[in-house]
Amino acid sequence: MAFLYALPGAVAEGLIWGLMAIGVYISYKILDIADLSVDGTICTGGCVCAVLITNGVPAWISIIIAFIAGAVAGTVTGLLHTALGIPSILAGILTQLSLYSVNLAILGGKSLISFVGSQHPLMLSMSNNPLAIVVAGIMIAVVVIVLWLFFYTEVGLTLKSTGDNPHMSRAQGINVNFNKVLGLAISNGIVALSGSLLAQYKGSANINDGRGAIVIGLAAIFIGLSVSTKIKPNLVVSLIGVVCGGVVYFIIYNFVVIMGLKTDYLKMLSAIIVALFLAVPYLKSKYFTKQKPQAISADINAGGDANA
Amino acid sequence: MLKITNLQKTFNPGTVNAKMALCGLDLTLRDGDFVTVIGGNGAGKSTLLNAIAGVWTPDYGTIEIDGVDVTNMPEYKRAKFLGRVFQDPMMGTAPDMEIAENLSIAARRGTKRKLVWGIKKAERESYVKLLETLELGLETRLSSKVGLLSGGQRQAVTLLMATLRRPKLLLLDEHTAALDPKTAAKVLELTDKLVNENHLTTLMITHNMKDAIAHGNRLIMMNEGKVILDVEGEQKKNLTVEDLMNLFVKESGKEFTNDRAILS
Ligand SMILES: Nc1ncnc2c1ncn2[C@@H]1O[C@H](COP(=O)(O)OP(=O)(O)OP(=O)(O)O)[C@@H](O)[C@H]1O
Ligand SMILES: [Mg+2]
Repeated sequence: MAFLYALPGAVAEGLIWGLMAIGVYISYKILDIADLSVDGTICTGGCVCAVLITNGVPAWISIIIAFIAGAVAGTVTGLLHTALGIPSILAGILTQLSLYSVNLAILGGKSLISFVGSQHPLMLSMSNNPLAIVVAGIMIAVVVIVLWLFFYTEVGLTLKSTGDNPHMSRAQGINVNFNKVLGLAISNGIVALSGSLLAQYKGSANINDGRGAIVIGLAAIFIGLSVSTKIKPNLVVSLIGVVCGGVVYFIIYNFVVIMGLKTDYLKMLSAIIVALFLAVPYLKSKYFTKQKPQAISADINAGGDANA
Repeated sequence: MLKITNLQKTFNPGTVNAKMALCGLDLTLRDGDFVTVIGGNGAGKSTLLNAIAGVWTPDYGTIEIDGVDVTNMPEYKRAKFLGRVFQDPMMGTAPDMEIAENLSIAARRGTKRKLVWGIKKAERESYVKLLETLELGLETRLSSKVGLLSGGQRQAVTLLMATLRRPKLLLLDEHTAALDPKTAAKVLELTDKLVNENHLTTLMITHNMKDAIAHGNRLIMMNEGKVILDVEGEQKKNLTVEDLMNLFVKESGKEFTNDRAILS
């Protein structure tokens, strides 16, 4: 009963995180870069949005500016990686760390800005879950449609090929470095957009929001793709799958909470889910097929190269 | 069409692993030259092609393509002059993208990519016609992911991609080496056809001496980062594998060694 009661909230929060996972999908799946800056940018999105809204800027403008702020952070990660030759994982960590200071500055040195008591209207909030679901759903629809169109354009196709085969891309005259920066900007922009919705939903922006966000995003991706690739492996189905993955994740999350697991352990649970999804395909091919394991390690090396 | 002067490249300079792979190489290709390149392991053949393609900048020397000095031009910018096919069939195509998407990317090599539709409808039809010429049954699989194709099919698609937009220079680095003999022969036949139809200036590395003699109008032999033999026309046509081996010993003063070489 308690579980059913929590369901609308789980769906609303799951959708918002599903939007975040779409951002992670672009870096992790399309560009083949594990970008850890998203832990910082989701918080940045919330902070920017909170400061703007509480100062009277309309919510819809605030979330657009949050998107831009995220895109700028993504650009920084991209430039650290491509222009300065820093490995992508480290570039993401550096951005994430510096974003903590940036976010604190945005919040004006406070660790929290609350919407409680502010008379400025929000787009969505925890107190009205059906509305939150509709608003998050519309945002997702807009983002998915724009991405769908974008990835069929000339530029979009080169972004896909950049992650898929950087050698081929360069040989075909594609500026791989530029594309990585562009992709990370779009990815982090979407993550910050999700952060701006999340802050409104929760009623505050907290400097500690977003810690471990990448893991939730990946969990949503793995859960979603495990089903959606079986239906049809195209972009739109994958993105919708990823969003559903986010919703499923939060339903499980709420279920576990109601079953009485202390919330302190939930981060570990998320990590275990992601570790399992990463490990299972590897173990399967290693122990349950007759194929040579070299083939797999070669694959992994190729992926590593692309990251470098 | 291609003018290389005194090209030098040392890998890992200043370390115990320092290796001078190109030692002041000079090479000039005329418009329409189809040059086959042979040489022992580590002779610098792949390094030469990578230098032309701009994978890194050489330590010394200049590279001109059709009168344009490209020595310091980044790889992706030079790509507008070049068609490339690699030894590894996985290298030349994006496996997770459709055949049509791969072709459309190649059709726009050297152009500024815009926010317009990536594959036009008429384009798809032209790709069907193009794929029909391969006679590999790919014309009905325009929407298949390239990763599902065999190595030979991928290499054939890569060849199409390299020539779809006429390159000033076609670079082939042992592009049939990873294929079984029958597929290799077919891909080589396709290469000949594309080169002749489009009058492409071509550099083709091969480990097959017979192929090197049978194809193209000119043959160069490399050793220790230099061109040690350059024959063309009638003289090239009349060469035998044995002649080549003897010439190699005469020019380099050592036995010809290449673990992949096919001599018979
Ligand atoms: N990226 C690199 N780093 C270090 N050394 C390299 C690199 N690429 C090539 N070399 C070295 O340069 C030399 C020339 O290599 P290259 O690949 O050009 O030979 P090749 O003529 O293509 O030989 P093969 O017939 O075996 O393909 C070799 O000694 C090789 O070890
Ligand atoms: Mg080689």
